[in-house]
Amino acid sequence: MVELDIKHKRGSEPLDPLAIPKIACGAMADLKPYPAHAQHNTDLGFPAELIDNWKEVAIAKIGELAKKNRAFKVYLDICVKCGACTDKCHYFLGTGDPKNMPVARQDLLRSVYRRYFTFAGKYFPWLVGAKDLTKEILDEWYTYFHQCSQCRRCSVFCPYGIDTAEISMAAREVLNSVGMGQKYCNEIIAKAEKIGNNLGLNPKALRATLEDLEEDLEDETGQKVRLPLDEKGADILLITPSADFFAEPHIDGLLGYAKVFHQAGASWTISSYASEAANFGMFIGSYENMRELSLRIRKAALDLGVKRIIFGECGHAWRVAYSFLNTLAGPFDFLDQNYPIPQHIIEYTHDLIQKGELKFDKSKNDEFRVTFHDSCNVARGSGMGGIKGGQFTLPREVLKACCNHYFDMDRDTIKESTLCCAGGGGLLTDELMDLRIKGASPRMKALRQVSNENGVTHMAAICAICKTQFSKIMPKYDYEMDDVLSVHQLVSNAIILDEPEQNDTKNEDSVEK
Amino acid sequence: MAYDVNGTAVEHDEEGYITNLSDWSKELADIISKAEEIEMTDEHWAVVNFLREYYDEYQIAPAVRVLVKSIKKSLGPDIGNNKYMYELFPYGPAKQACKIAGLPKPTGCV
Repeated sequence: MVELDIKHKRGSEPLDPLAIPKIACGAMADLKPYPAHAQHNTDLGFPAELIDNWKEVAIAKIGELAKKNRAFKVYLDICVKCGACTDKCHYFLGTGDPKNMPVARQDLLRSVYRRYFTFAGKYFPWLVGAKDLTKEILDEWYTYFHQCSQCRRCSVFCPYGIDTAEISMAAREVLNSVGMGQKYCNEIIAKAEKIGNNLGLNPKALRATLEDLEEDLEDETGQKVRLPLDEKGADILLITPSADFFAEPHIDGLLGYAKVFHQAGASWTISSYASEAANFGMFIGSYENMRELSLRIRKAALDLGVKRIIFGECGHAWRVAYSFLNTLAGPFDFLDQNYPIPQHIIEYTHDLIQKGELKFDKSKNDEFRVTFHDSCNVARGSGMGGIKGGQFTLPREVLKACCNHYFDMDRDTIKESTLCCAGGGGLLTDELMDLRIKGASPRMKALRQVSNENGVTHMAAICAICKTQFSKIMPKYDYEMDDVLSVHQLVSNAIILDEPEQNDTKNEDSVEK
Repeated sequence: MAYDVNGTAVEHDEEGYITNLSDWSKELADIISKAEEIEMTDEHWAVVNFLREYYDEYQIAPAVRVLVKSIKKSLGPDIGNNKYMYELFPYGPAKQACKIAGLPKPTGCV
C-alpha cells in the first residue's frame, strides 16, 4: 500500500495536485466492495449468485453490448496506447496502482473482447494481448471496475475521446448478468424502485422531516417558507437527491431552494413517489433500471399536473436528466415548453439573479472564503443555461452573487478538467474508504493550494455524493467535515426575503417570464 | 457472522448491522458499542433511545438535524449539537448510532 500523503499543511511549500506518483504494482488489488446479497440481485432481475455457465453468458453479454452500443465497440477497437490517459485518473494519482491507469482499466475488458470478437484475437491471441475469460479475470474486473468513479476525466485527454466510464459501466453490466453485483448500488436501486428514493424514506417520514424543517425555516426567517409535498396543481416539481432530506450540508441546500422559490413566489412541490434525483442505474450500466427510475419522475409530473421539472443539486442526476431523460421517459410534451425540460436549480436561481429578482446580503457569507468544486457528471456530461460552458459559469456566478470572497482552484483541476471527489460512480461506501481517501488527494492538494494562496476556507459543491464524500474525507486532510458547503446553502445564508405582505402580492409569472 | 449475546447468536451483516431488527436488546447494544470502541454513557443512550422511538414511528432513522434538535430539547444545547454528536459517535450519529440502536444502515448518498 502506498502511504497517504497528508503532510501538506497550511503554509507549506507549493503543491502539485497532479504530480505523478511512483508506480506501486498491486497496491489496490485487495480492495473491493461487498458483493450484493442474493435478494439485491434478484430484485433487479439479475441472477442471485454466480451462475454455472458464467463464461458463456459473460461473453455473450460483451457481444450483445458491442452490437447494441456502437460507442462501446469503437472504444474497445480504437485505442492506440498513446499513454495520454495514464496520469489523468485521480485513483492512479492517489494510489500509484498502474491498474488504475485508464488504459490499463480498459484493457481488463478489451483483452477479453479481443479474444472472442476480433480476427487477430481469435487466431493469434498472444500477438495482440488477447486473453481467455477466467474466473480470476472476472474477479479482477470486480476489483478494478469498482475503483473507477466513471468521472470521465481521462476521456477529456484521450485524443480519440475513449470514455472509460462507458467501459466501466459495461463491465459492471456484464458482472451483474452473471450474478456478481455490488451491494451498495444494487441495494440502493432496489430501494429507490420500491420506495421512491435511495434512502428508503417513506411518505410519512418524508412529510414529518419536511414539517420539521419548515419549523426551522420559520424560526430562522420569521416567515412561512414552505416545503410542499405532493401538492397537486403546483407549477414546479422539484426532483432532488434524498440526501437533501437527511444529511449535512445537503439539507442546508434544500432550505436554500425553498427560500428561492418562496422569494420568487413560485408554486412548487416535492413528490413522495419520485423523491430521488439520483439514478444509480447509470452506475451499473443498466438501461432498464435507469429507465424505471426515470419513469417515476414522469409519472409524478403527470399525477401532480405540474408544468415544469427542476432538479436539485445532484451530479450524475443532472447528467441523466440533461442528456437522457427525454429518451428514457419522454416525450415531455405535457410540460410548459417555454422553460428548459428539465431545468437545474442553479439555472433557476441564476435566472432570477440576472433579472434582479433576488437580493443578497453578501456580508452574511463573509466568514467563508469560498472555492467551487466542479462535480464530474455536471462538468463533463451536461450543460446549463443553453450556453457553452454554462455548467461552469452559472454556479460560479450564483456563488459570486452571494459571497464576497470567491477564488478558483488551479485551472488544470477545475471545469472540464475537474478532479473527481473520489466517491462517485457507486463507490461512496464505507468498505472502499481507503480508496476514497487516497483518490481524493489530488483534489485536496488543489484545495490546499488555493487555501495557501488565497486563504480559502470552504469548498462549495452541487452534488450529494461530493458533499458526503468531502465531509467524510476532509478531516483526513486537515480540514473540518463542515468545510464543504452546498451552493444553495450560501444562497440561503445571504438571500434577503421580502416582508410577507409584499410577498403575498407577487406571482411567479410577473417575475419569471 | 453473529454477535454472541449470553450464548445466543444474533446475526449481523458484513458491516455489523443486525439482520433481524427484533433481535435487539440493551445487552446487544453494549456488545456492538464495544466492537465500535464506544463506552456507552447516559448521553449515548439518550441518542440510541430516540433513534429507536423514531424508527418505531417512521420505519427509518431521522435526519441528523432532527436528532440534534430533539436531543437539544431534552438535554440542552451543550449536548444537542452536531459537534457533540460526533464526539459521542465518531463515525457519525447516522451510521454508528443506528448500528448500536439495531436499525438498518442509512443508504444512498449519505
